[in-house]
Amino acid sequence: MLKLITSRLLIAIPSLIGVVIVTFLLTRVLPGDTAAYFAGPAATPQAIAEIKTKLGLDKPLIIQFGDYVGALAKGDLGTSLSTGQPVITEITNRLPASAELTLSGLILALVIAIPFGIAAAVKQGSWVDHSCRILTTAGVSLPVFFTGLLLVYLFYFRLGWAPAPLGRLDAFAMAPDTVTGFYLIDTLIAGDVETFRAALAQLVIPALTLAIFALAPIARMTRASMLAVLSSEFVRTARAAGLTPWKVIIVYAFRNAMLPVVTTLGMVFSFLLGANVLVEKVFAWPGIGSYAVEALITSDFAPVQGFVLAMAILYVLLNLMIDIAYGIIDPRARSEA
Amino acid sequence: MHGVIDPATAGTLAPSEEPRGPLLQVRDLTVEFATRNGLVKAVKNVNLTVAKGETLGIVGESGSGKSVTSYTVMRILDRAGRIAEGSIAFSGIDIAHAGEKQMRDLRGREMSMIFQNPRAALNPIRKVGHQIGDVLLHHLQADPRNVKEKVIEILNQVRIARPEERYHAYPFELSGGMCQRIVIALALACRPQLMIADEPTTGLDVTTQKAVMDLVTELTRARGMSTLLITHDLGLAAAYCDTVMVMEKGEVVETAPAEQIFRNPQHPYTRKLMRATPRPGISLRDLLPEEAQTRGRVQASPRPNPPPQAGEGGPVAPVEAVATPDADVAASNPLPLAGEGREGAAAPAAGLSSVAKGSPAPAAEKTLQPLLKVENLVKEYPRQGAPIAFLAGLFGKKPAKEDGIFRAVDGISFEVGKGESVGLVGESGCGKSTTSTIVMRLIDATSGRITFDGEDLSAIPAKSFAHHPMRKRIQMVFQDPTESLNPRYTAARAIADPLLRMGGMSEGPALRAKVEDLAGMVGLPVDLLDRFPHQLSGGQKARVGIARAIALNPDLVILDEPTAALDVSVQAVVLNLLEDLKHKIGMSYLFVSHDLHVVQLLCDRVIVMRQGRVVEEGTAEQVLAAPKDAYTRELIAAIPHPPV
Repeated sequence: MLKLITSRLLIAIPSLIGVVIVTFLLTRVLPGDTAAYFAGPAATPQAIAEIKTKLGLDKPLIIQFGDYVGALAKGDLGTSLSTGQPVITEITNRLPASAELTLSGLILALVIAIPFGIAAAVKQGSWVDHSCRILTTAGVSLPVFFTGLLLVYLFYFRLGWAPAPLGRLDAFAMAPDTVTGFYLIDTLIAGDVETFRAALAQLVIPALTLAIFALAPIARMTRASMLAVLSSEFVRTARAAGLTPWKVIIVYAFRNAMLPVVTTLGMVFSFLLGANVLVEKVFAWPGIGSYAVEALITSDFAPVQGFVLAMAILYVLLNLMIDIAYGIIDPRARSEA
Repeated sequence: MHGVIDPATAGTLAPSEEPRGPLLQVRDLTVEFATRNGLVKAVKNVNLTVAKGETLGIVGESGSGKSVTSYTVMRILDRAGRIAEGSIAFSGIDIAHAGEKQMRDLRGREMSMIFQNPRAALNPIRKVGHQIGDVLLHHLQADPRNVKEKVIEILNQVRIARPEERYHAYPFELSGGMCQRIVIALALACRPQLMIADEPTTGLDVTTQKAVMDLVTELTRARGMSTLLITHDLGLAAAYCDTVMVMEKGEVVETAPAEQIFRNPQHPYTRKLMRATPRPGISLRDLLPEEAQTRGRVQASPRPNPPPQAGEGGPVAPVEAVATPDADVAASNPLPLAGEGREGAAAPAAGLSSVAKGSPAPAAEKTLQPLLKVENLVKEYPRQGAPIAFLAGLFGKKPAKEDGIFRAVDGISFEVGKGESVGLVGESGCGKSTTSTIVMRLIDATSGRITFDGEDLSAIPAKSFAHHPMRKRIQMVFQDPTESLNPRYTAARAIADPLLRMGGMSEGPALRAKVEDLAGMVGLPVDLLDRFPHQLSGGQKARVGIARAIALNPDLVILDEPTAALDVSVQAVVLNLLEDLKHKIGMSYLFVSHDLHVVQLLCDRVIVMRQGRVVEEGTAEQVLAAPKDAYTRELIAAIPHPPV
């Protein structure tokens, strides 16, 4: 297992190097002149040139890249021009907010989608199967900003069950001391049940929005791979041995069916990170997605680079986790490494 | 097989009037499947009886309903299938109307099943010990404290060496034969009264087959169990069954004691099956049904084309003309029969049908001009760790010391003459397929030399061989006729493919005419040419594969188990077709197979391989009748055949 993890980590190194190069080049070819933007509409060419020199943008690309990599090695992702804050602190402040939202959405989606998918496969053609189909179709066809707004309209505006969609905590609550950065966990560590409930209340609707988006592919994949596994020969063997349906479905079929589901999960997680940007906008969530979008609009390249790099590292870690999950589920994957 | 059976009940068809009664009695069973085209009756009015301790064989070709019958007995049919009529009584229990809960208690404990393809029949990601343990625990034959102990005891009974270690093994870590032992252990764990074995040894090597079947027989006999053996292999049924039931298209055509059915088959279909089963001491023509033989040509499927002129057939003449009864050969045939107590039956019966082998023998004696010459061919594979090696290379590390090199082909040399058929025989993993793949230049050899018609083929890298002019002259027919055809190509397009790629032809009436011509040669009706593979039968797909291979008039055709996936009657026709085509076109064959009997029918010379090396080489007669190597003898002895 350790061998598997090291080999996967080694494989990740070239892709990380590639990401560093590509993000650097991409931010340089993006339209919009950073110096002109910050000099303001009334700036003289001299002023723009001055800013250029200050930012190092007049140097040849290769030197700029060298400077960038050198700073990166020291953990310096540069400074945001619009906020004046170091990118690294902004990202570490905002990443937990996004991660908490995304993970809650994903876990919610899993809790709904997997039993649904299994039930749909086991009772193929029944009402469970049909409602699974309706739900997944709705999930993929409704854009997240629409479901988000719909849920806000319904639960906040109409029913009044949910708090105002204004960030991670309402204005009267105090943020807990940062341990993990996840409010749900930090409040519990601090023993502050009231803030925990406030944070949870804020989280439910945006997480549900993401979950509706994420559960469609998971439920579909669970159903499809369960159907394939249920018709396989070893399930027939298990049935011929008289094992109970529960044992056959869970121990024999589902564990095998999980392999493609785990792969899907990785893809869904990366979709969610993308979908996050919109959800964070709708719910005024102080996450990394909204930060990156704002930076992109203002041609503020340091945060954009930092964001892409953070995402790339996240993907690499995610893929590693999926590989490990594969190794745990499937002994064949273990022995391959 | 015999000792346990009460002679009064063994092989009796009529319901036993004795108080003991049969263990399993199926009456007028009809099973229907709901399909898109309406209800299909897979099994029609089947009656069968299995007495305690009896072994009943159900024999039939694909689609005969033999598996459906057995699944119905266990009630593990697909959702689409249901019992339409009839009754199944299993030791007094009405199976057709039993509740699901009751069935679950019966399955595994009172009746159990061994499946074809043992590796697929086991959960790939669960330790085999746990899989056996699941069954024991479910049927309360063990409790969580002693389950491991009991599983190991059972693994011992099915002769698995080092059971403590194998308890923790996953199916992919075990060989096919070993997996089948695990499946048997699973089936026998709770000491059921009835065991259903559905093609238990199909896909296993003959020596493994013998070991597995002997084990099953021994264990079931020791426990007084009844067995339902489902097989397409008459030889297997003859060797291991007391009573044999022959099924065709969902109906039982004949049921009789094993000896009787092979000695004196009553039904024409049984006779046809018997004839089509390859066995020692017969010629290729003997496989065909009598009617086809008297015509002297292979015409298995009716087709509009006029039959080719007899003259073209070359040395192929009606069998009766060349056949001379050769009782001496048959009587002194050293092949032992796998069944016990049947040796006596073999000699006279074999004498009746055995004929001198036709033309191949004299042809082999002539010194043929070599077409293909393989010298000291070696193919090595790294044992494991390819991605790690790649990474190590990436970071400039030296690859790990090469301790794990596996030699799939270990310095073999042989020749194939012009117009000669050479059989490459051996069990799985012996390197025969690797050899044929290298000769086909799909992969590169590690070392060694291949000369084809005077030209050094091994000098051409496998990558560029596809566009080499020599490529036209070597063609291949693959094992699985279904998998080897592009599902989106019609039969005509599949046959035209080599003509388009290498024959310099383009779409048009000329191409169509050529394709129709080829279809005629392989006996594929022209009106089937526009069908897709899934609309064709196994035999028809095999014909498409052959037509495609001969389209460019190759000099050498590599046949990689071309009939392994086919029913015996289809195999008989395809083998005869190959023989006819060879004489017509003047090709050489390199026939790769695990089945010595089939090889002997088609080949002049046989090369026996084991672990990458050639252990024996000689004419087909020599190798089969007087094998020199101990391994060849073992291989021949392991093949079961009906006492005909």
